[in-house]
Amino acid sequence: MSVLAIVLPLALVLAAIAVRGCIWAIRSGQYDDTDTPPLRMLKDD
Amino acid sequence: MAAGALPCTHCGAPSPTSDAPGDRAFCCGGCEVAHAALSQLTCPVPAPVHVADDRPPPAEPSPLDDPTFLEEHASTDDAGITRIELAIRGMHCASCVWRVEALPERLGGVYEARVNFRRGRLQLAFDRGRVSLGEVARHLSRMGYDIGPVSASAAAARVAEDHAAMIRMAVAGACAGNAMLLAFALYAGLFDGMQPIYREAFRWGSLAVTGVALLWPGMVFFRGAWAGLRSGSVNLDGPIALALLAGGAWSAASTITGRGEVYFDSVSVLIFALLVGRFIQQRQQRWAADSVELLFSLTPRTARRVVGSAGDERVERVSVAAIETGDIVEVAPGESFPIDGEIVSGRTAVDASLLTGESLPRTCGVGDEVFAGAVNVSATVRCRVTASGADTRVARLMALVEDASGRKAPIVRFADRVGGCFLLAMIVLAAATFLLWLGHGVHVALERAVSLLVVTCPCALGLATPLAFTLAIGRAAGRGILIKGGDAVQHLAAGGTLFLDKTGTLTNGRMELVHWSGPVPLLALVAAAERESSHPVGLALAAAADKLPAAPTPEGVTHLPGEGVIAQTGSSRLAVGSERLARRLAHVMDPGLSAAAHAWAGEGLTPVYVVVDGDLRAVAGVGDQVREEAPSVIRSLERRGWACRILSGDDERAVAHVARACGVGEWRGGASPETKMAIIKEAAAKGNTVMVGDGVNDAGALAASHVGVSVHGGAEASLAAADVYLAKPGLHPLFTLVDGCERTLRMIRWTLAASSVYNVAAAAVAMSGHMHPIVAALVMPLSSLTAVSICVSSRFFRSEP
Repeated sequence: MSVLAIVLPLALVLAAIAVRGCIWAIRSGQYDDTDTPPLRMLKDD
Repeated sequence: MAAGALPCTHCGAPSPTSDAPGDRAFCCGGCEVAHAALSQLTCPVPAPVHVADDRPPPAEPSPLDDPTFLEEHASTDDAGITRIELAIRGMHCASCVWRVEALPERLGGVYEARVNFRRGRLQLAFDRGRVSLGEVARHLSRMGYDIGPVSASAAAARVAEDHAAMIRMAVAGACAGNAMLLAFALYAGLFDGMQPIYREAFRWGSLAVTGVALLWPGMVFFRGAWAGLRSGSVNLDGPIALALLAGGAWSAASTITGRGEVYFDSVSVLIFALLVGRFIQQRQQRWAADSVELLFSLTPRTARRVVGSAGDERVERVSVAAIETGDIVEVAPGESFPIDGEIVSGRTAVDASLLTGESLPRTCGVGDEVFAGAVNVSATVRCRVTASGADTRVARLMALVEDASGRKAPIVRFADRVGGCFLLAMIVLAAATFLLWLGHGVHVALERAVSLLVVTCPCALGLATPLAFTLAIGRAAGRGILIKGGDAVQHLAAGGTLFLDKTGTLTNGRMELVHWSGPVPLLALVAAAERESSHPVGLALAAAADKLPAAPTPEGVTHLPGEGVIAQTGSSRLAVGSERLARRLAHVMDPGLSAAAHAWAGEGLTPVYVVVDGDLRAVAGVGDQVREEAPSVIRSLERRGWACRILSGDDERAVAHVARACGVGEWRGGASPETKMAIIKEAAAKGNTVMVGDGVNDAGALAASHVGVSVHGGAEASLAAADVYLAKPGLHPLFTLVDGCERTLRMIRWTLAASSVYNVAAAAVAMSGHMHPIVAALVMPLSSLTAVSICVSSRFFRSEP
């Protein structure tokens, strides 16, 4: 049980961090345009 | 071969060869393949714009130069960088993205140019002290791209809405994933046994995760259900909210009291699946709106008005708002038409592809209609304004699309109606289950009832039905068929009475030479005499000789209104016109030719007599011909359970002829708009009615029918009244439409049947008390997955019958 007491909250905290990161990505506009960046990558400059 | 290595044709790096066949050398195989692929692209690649080209372009005032425009649409930060979002048109492929995004290298003062390819948006960061927006616009326009303003507040609201939906989805997804992981542990414990303390820990963990899912993303459903309840109508959110509430509350209670089953995983997966479905649906709807918005935002905001009398004409640039109906406006090649109008001088090719879906530019001459938003391709023309601003076709279309997206009701109403029944069924079944198991104690009875509520949640229904309609409408739009709402799809799939207008719908909508009896060279002469004519019959005759060698233009052409034309060609006198004119001028009427003319008149054609020096030498039959595909399309529609009828304002005889040619048994000619509307209303009271028409006088009939279909080239009034607009000419789209709607409905019935089977089976199991949480966890995602995959994999609209 002692293991669980650490691991279970830890898993949930990790999940929360991941969600937090995803929300940051969405809010900063990372998903606003999913079509153009793949084309931009091909540009040779 | 001692010469230096040639640069690679594709990338410019040194190539291993110094001897290149056809002046092409490549550094590697990759460049060779890429070059070959790129050179085959249909995308127009105009000559690259070099830095040396950057002399200031001729200063022409642009609305984008207006300082108030920047105040309204742009934002400037402390570093003096102005940022603005603009609509951009003319993007074809990846290389267009590169060329536009290379703008900072070509134009001083521009710091950044970012393109959103799919939505046709350009984000620009520039120094307004060093470069004006007008210069940017002119620079881009030389490269072949047009930019225009977009509403900043609407764009921001949309982005915020998108972000909120995505965040909800992300949170729900994370919660669902973790709830499922914890559920696996619990299920494993069910089979192998597990210490109560572990079980408790996992349950509490699941409660925390699912609580977040319910209280944050899941709130959408509770709010929706609550709004529905308050307005007295149950929507699909109702049963979903009930299932979530019952499952969530029961599981929470079980966790706290330590007895009973938990459904945390089912509840959180349900929230996630439904949110994903809604997101896809919303994207599809937005897409159609985007393309119209793009067109609208690129419609010029200023126009060049021609003022002053003939001989002393001036052209002044005014805002579109100042343009009035009847004004004359000049449009240069490369510009978009700022208004709807009629060409009064000049001849040009007009590209209306964004407006009509026609891919090729159409040649337009004097008298032809042009629409705001279409691009003037080849020459300067002047047009008389028939509509400007909010009255233009594109503005109406825009309003229509906005209206349609605001009017989600038909789609939702359909699912909601079922949703209401569903809610009732769920409550009745749950109550029955509760009573059935009451003998075993309140706890057991309650548990059975809750498990029933959870498994019968109309996940598939809530997901699949709106998704199917949205996908169908989206795919129809891709084929040039604009459908305003899901109810139209439903009606069009049902069969019933189909009324067709004659002119422009079953026929080509313009006069053509159908029969000619007489010497062919004479036809060329007749055409030459009619060249200046403005009468439809005259125009048809003039157009008929297009393929013949041109005849000398006759002298002294006299137009006799209502009778015809008299002209002097060489030594002989030519008269072209009605029977009355011929009887007056001809000494003898050739009986054979007269008989032919009378026979054609019986077919609904207009007979034209040609008299040369007092002799009747030829007769012509001019009329509006039935579309080639009309009979076959009508036959296929009738096979699908539609009773086709013709309803026309035209003369009874002409209608009868068209009806015979198309194989339509019932027709009505000479009907005034009021009569048409009355007939439709009467038919609509009896059963499903569809009206297909184009003219202004059809608007009432289109609105009175269950589904009004406005055909290509239809007037604005019919566009607003119709539920469906066919952007492609001909009758084939009508068949595609009916066929596609039938497929959609068939598919929806399939998914409904499939999900009903799941639900009935699950309900039976739950009522019998055998609903294990594992079974619930399996059945729920399976039913939604089946429904969605049937939906996404079906092909709703095929291009050809």
